[in-house]
Parts: sequence; C-alpha cells; structure tokens
Amino acid sequence: MYRGDLQRMLPPLIVLLGMGLLSLALAVSIGSVPIPPGEFWAVVTGGGSELHRTLIIELRLPRAAAAFATGGLLGVAGALMQVLLRNPLADPYVLGLSGGAAVGALTAMLFGLGVTAVSGSAFAGAMVSVVLVFGLAHGTGSWTPTRLLLTGVVVAAGWGAVITFMLALSPSEQIPGMLYWLMGDMAYARSPWPAVTVLVVACVLMLPFGRSLNVLARGPLQAAALGVSVRPMTWTVYAVASLLTAVAVTTAGAIGFVGLVVPHMLRLVLGNDQRLILPASALGGGILLVLSDTLARTLLAPEQLPVGVITAMLGVPTFLYLLYRSR
Amino acid sequence: MARLSTQSLRIDVPGRADGSAIDISIEPGQVWGVIGPNGAGKTTLLHTLAGLKNARGGQICLQGRSLQSLGRRTIARRLAVVFQDHQDSFPATVLETALIGRHPHLSPWDLDTAEDVELALSALAALELKGMENRLVSTLSGGERQRLAIATALAQAPEIWLADEPTNHLDLHHQVAVMRLLREQAQAGCGVFVCLHDINLAARWCDQLLLLEPDGQCCWGPALDMLVPSALERLYGQALHVTELNGRPVFVPAD
Repeated sequence: MYRGDLQRMLPPLIVLLGMGLLSLALAVSIGSVPIPPGEFWAVVTGGGSELHRTLIIELRLPRAAAAFATGGLLGVAGALMQVLLRNPLADPYVLGLSGGAAVGALTAMLFGLGVTAVSGSAFAGAMVSVVLVFGLAHGTGSWTPTRLLLTGVVVAAGWGAVITFMLALSPSEQIPGMLYWLMGDMAYARSPWPAVTVLVVACVLMLPFGRSLNVLARGPLQAAALGVSVRPMTWTVYAVASLLTAVAVTTAGAIGFVGLVVPHMLRLVLGNDQRLILPASALGGGILLVLSDTLARTLLAPEQLPVGVITAMLGVPTFLYLLYRSR
Repeated sequence: MARLSTQSLRIDVPGRADGSAIDISIEPGQVWGVIGPNGAGKTTLLHTLAGLKNARGGQICLQGRSLQSLGRRTIARRLAVVFQDHQDSFPATVLETALIGRHPHLSPWDLDTAEDVELALSALAALELKGMENRLVSTLSGGERQRLAIATALAQAPEIWLADEPTNHLDLHHQVAVMRLLREQAQAGCGVFVCLHDINLAARWCDQLLLLEPDGQCCWGPALDMLVPSALERLYGQALHVTELNGRPVFVPAD
C-alpha cells in the first residue's frame, strides 16, 4: 500500500544522516594518533585533552568536512546530470568540466603557483569548459541532450590531449603532484566552508524542484504537457550542476566515480523519486568520500594515496553487487 | 464558452506549403476526431493545440484566453495530453506514474496529499489497472502502458483532452472502454479531441470530425456529414466497402 511522502522519505534520509555522522566520527578518530571513542566523546562534549582537541577540531575535522561536502556536491551534480540528459552514463564531468579544471590547475602548477592559485585557476578552467560546451552544443541548430553529450565527450577528449601534452612538458619533480591532482586528493582542500556552504544552499534550492525533475525525467514533451517550463528549468539545473561540480573539482581535484555511481546505487535501493534521491545523493556521496579519504590516508600511512583510487576500489564492487542483485 | 478554439490556425509541418487555415471550436460535451493518412500532420496539429509546438500562423484560445499568454502550469491544469509514445528512461512504478498527473495542481513545496493519491488510484481503477500499483512500468505490456498514460491524464482532471491515438496497442475490449471513458468525460463537460487511425472508431464515438490531407488541406464538421465514402476513399487512397450498423456507417477496406 502507498505510504505518505514524508513517511516514505524520512527513514532512509535519517539512516543516511546517521551513517554520515558516524563516518565523520570515524574519520576524525582514525589516524597516526588514534583517538578512542571515550576521548572522542569528551572532545565533542567540550572536554578532552589539548592534543586531542587540536587533532580533531583543527586538523582532521576540516579535512573530513571538506571530503564530505565534496562527495555530496559530486553526488548531487551526478544525479542532476543523469536526469537532465536522461542518460544513466552521465556523470558530473560529462560536459568536459574536469578536463577544463585540470588544464587550469596544471597550468598554475607549471608556473609554480600556490594552492589558492591552483584552485582559482581550476575553477576558471571548469567555467571555460562549461561555456565552451554549451556554446558549441547550441551551434546554429537546435539543442538536444545527445548533441550536448557528444560535444562534452569530444571537448573532454580535447582537454585530455592538452593534459597529456602538459604532463610531457612538465619537469619530472612536478609530475607526482600533478598526477595526484588529476586523480583527486583531499590534501588540496584547505577550508571546507566554500564546499559545505554551496552544498547546503544547493540542496535547499533544489528541494522544491524535486517533483518537476521527476516529471522532466519522462522527457521534455511530457514534462511540458504536465506544466513544467522545460527550457528555463533545464538551463537552471545545468547551471547549478556545473557550479556544484566546479566547486567540488576546485576543492579536491577531479575525483572520479562518486558522481556516476552514488546516485545509481541509491536509485537501486530507494527508487527514482528525485525528491529523495537528491538529498540522499548528497549524504551518500559525502559518506563514500569521507570513508575513502580516511582509508586513503591510513592504509599505507605515512604515505597518502589519492582518494580517487579508493572511491573506485570501494565503489566498483558495491555497485556491481547492487546491479547484479537488482531486477 | 468553447473549451478550446482556433482562429486561422496554420500548423507547421516542415517542408510542406501552408495548408488550410483551421477555425474550429471544441465545445464542452463534444468529442472531436481527427482522421487522415500517415504523415498528414495529425500529431503536429494535436501538439500545436497543446501549445507544445509553434504554429505558422493564427491563434489558439483556451477558454477565451490566448494560449500563448498562459503559463505551462496554468495550461496543464486545464488541458491534458495523451502522447502516442511513452518514454521511461528511469524505472518508476505504476502509481508513481499516475501521480505525476497531479503535478500541475501542486505547488513546488507541496507533498502529494491523500486526496492526490486517491485520485490517482481511482484513475488506475477506471482503466482496469487496479492491483498493479507497485509494478514497474517497464514490466507492463504495450496496451497496459497505453492505459497507464490515459490514467495519468485522468488523474490530471483536465477540462480538455488531447489524445493522440488513445486506442494504440489496445485490445478490442479496452478500445471500447477507452472511447467510452472519453465520451463520458465529454458528457461531464470536457472538450475531447482525439487523433484516430480507425475510421470505424471515429464513426462510432466522435460527433465532430476533421479530415486532414497529406498536403495540409482539411475540412471539418459533424461526423455523419463528414463520413462520405468517396471523400474517405480519396483521403486514404483506398477503395472502401460501406455498410451500416445501428444507424452508423461501417467501413471495410476493399481488396
């Protein structure tokens, strides 16, 4: 029997929220100096030793929060792109955004600029790519998802060539840093606030669009017949998804896989109501990235692995299992 | 007042010269049928009337107000479209799909109320889809999907129905059931406009007919006046045998 909307949506969101808090607690407790649960609780409630306070609040929490927000941004952006393009293979980078950002970031690195400049340059590169793809996809004719998708793929291939070219030209001591950026690395995250703010604002703004997105997933004609102003809505959502992705890439490099797989995993379990999938993707993406980043910095400590490697290693088997089990 | 009316409407079929200007007025209680061969522009006409496609010229009025001046949501509260083909790229259940019909009546922050669910359920029951609420649409047969599309439009509670081949994929029983449903909607005060392939369904259920020719020329009027065998033979390029059943003509294609 059908249950009311809220009754249906709240339990999974509460479970995900709980898992999110748990993953954050785990992330701040694990590291070179492990913090036992009792000590952790003491710090949360305002006590604890000076060392533990510094470790948790000043060192580990900002990084964990940045990882959570970045994962959330990628999850939401991926879910939006999949609905807009009505293509399950779409991910946040489908419009060539990560390539543009990478070229921006690598250029800044080549000139030996600092982290802030690398981030700024990556954001600029991402925006250039978005404008380029939308401009070219519109062309002289009409504009369709297939055309947009193809333009994005080809522009991404172009960026790929530029990236390889830059890597070939770069001095060898800069290559590891560049490769880490390309695979995604939370060590680049300085302050979590931009990502966290953008994620929260985007989730609140997208909430009322949920049902319209459900309608839009049934194709533009059907959506228009059911009262959705298709064109303004599509453009707004593209712009939002691109902005979210750009902020994520700027925070932590081009972390793959989260945006593609998290929304799909959640759809397999929770169904395809965007009002539920969008906030769930924010939480699910955050959880995946926090856990991945915790593993990335502890697995081979003191060596740090790029987090993108771990997201794929965790995500691929989970996703394949869910897909195999699904109807 | 007419539910939907057109003034000198010229539909836009790419690569075709302007056809006749269409001046029709769909009144409450009327069932309009459009017949014509493949490619005559029946679907284009229907989409144009729904405001989903631009016309080459002329005006469309929804209850006296220009369609162009109305927002999509306002239009969708009064006018439902049943499309010829249905896309479902992401899995959805039957009930979720029928509930989509309530979309134009809900503001962005609203959640579906018990009343919306009730309307969707009774629409499903009216199309004999009761008991399938939790089935995935992808597991339905072609005919069941067609009935689901009509149930979605019914949940929309429109005043005007624009249905493109509503009897597509349907068995004989459900063809009759769907045409009867549309007839009842008209009797309840709706204006109904359907594209049909089957001239016998058109003859049996429509009271006004519009004949659309491949070159865009068209004529319209009360159904019995329009069902002239020679005109239909010319329209379809097909010889017809005509007989009569309960005072209505029945057409059978000749060899």
